[in-house]
Amino acid sequence: MKEHKKGLIIWLVLIAGLFAATLAVGSHGGHGDVQIAMRDAVLHDVNRVSLFGLKDVNPALISAMTVTAILLLAALVIRIFAVPRFTLVPGRLQMVLETVVGLLDNLAGVKEPGKRTFIGAYIFAAGVYIFTGTLFELFGVQAVATNGHPVALPAPLSDVNAAICMGCMSYLVILSGGIAHAGMHGVGATLKEFSLPISMSFRLFGALLSGLLVTELVYHYVATSFVLPVIVGVLFTLLHALVQTYVLTMLVGMYYNEVSEKPEPKEKKPKKQKKHADA
Amino acid sequence: MPLNIDWQQILLHLLNFVILAGGLYFILYKPVKEFMAKREQHYKEIDDYAMKNRVEAEELRKAAQEKLDAAEEEIAAMHVKASDEIEAEKQRQLGEARAEARRILETAGKTAELRSKKALADSNDDIRALAMDAVRKMLLSDGNALDHFLDAAESESRNG
Repeated sequence: MKEHKKGLIIWLVLIAGLFAATLAVGSHGGHGDVQIAMRDAVLHDVNRVSLFGLKDVNPALISAMTVTAILLLAALVIRIFAVPRFTLVPGRLQMVLETVVGLLDNLAGVKEPGKRTFIGAYIFAAGVYIFTGTLFELFGVQAVATNGHPVALPAPLSDVNAAICMGCMSYLVILSGGIAHAGMHGVGATLKEFSLPISMSFRLFGALLSGLLVTELVYHYVATSFVLPVIVGVLFTLLHALVQTYVLTMLVGMYYNEVSEKPEPKEKKPKKQKKHADA
Repeated sequence: MPLNIDWQQILLHLLNFVILAGGLYFILYKPVKEFMAKREQHYKEIDDYAMKNRVEAEELRKAAQEKLDAAEEEIAAMHVKASDEIEAEKQRQLGEARAEARRILETAGKTAELRSKKALADSNDDIRALAMDAVRKMLLSDGNALDHFLDAAESESRNG
């Protein structure tokens, strides 16, 4: 019992000592560093990463490619080892996979089977990409920037280019649904929502960038690096991964349904009977 | 470009996403959806089969119920017919019994009459015999009495 108490006291003293030491030593950066870090998180003009020696790109593109590679590899492993063993009464993994596929497929909200496959597949891919990509920043995978500094790979969609890509792609998917199912009426209905690609892009960009900036800010100072990152870094990231996945997939499904509805034929007005003068 | 928007990088992101979407569709989404559809079809077939069996069972139940109703009606008709027959037989037997009773009564009456007549005749004979004995005894005690009696009997038979 005494040994336990002794160990506990040593552990607490160690924590207090390390905490005091970190505060006493301080950070090497000042306010200028924060501004540079914030600016770089938005514009990616300082820390750029070389893409196979061909071009210097934003770290988010490397994140996007890494996420894609991980997802495809995981899908391949599941396809080879898990899918052939699917049973009528699902096990745990099968239950998770079916729930994810069913959930994202239902988010499309399309009832007609003909429309369902394409939009379901797109929403599934987009949902998985946004969710996994957002969680990717939690792992803090490091890359070496062209200027020699290490850089933690951010969430792919915290880059405005990725967000614009996702927004425009979603808009094109909605437009294609309009053309395929409602012809010119669908095109007209989609073009009426011309602000959709911008709003979708910047909603994603803003949501993910704000998370990144807050996390960056919290980690920048030693004093806020205790306990707070658990809430800001992990819980908020999990939360907005879910929220952004839900928002984009739900919006795409909703607009897709709206523009792909065929217009109801207009009812012909009955001709007015001529009034007889002698009546 | 403002905000470091780079069209080349946008296209690279697009390429990346198209590869991901296609890959996920063929590797994961399609097989899982196909399996789910197959299972749904399997359960639908079971459901249809059960529904078909249920309809057939319902039809069988209705047919059996109809047969049961018809049998009950037949039983009721037979019951009524049997009751009528029993009533008729009862009436017939009652009639016969009454007729038999009447016949027995008549026979008994006739027998009684015959017996009373016979008894009367017997008693007449007895009385006559007694009378004859009494007369004989009287005649034996008086020698002319027999002759008087014989004369009297002869004259009575002549007068009719």
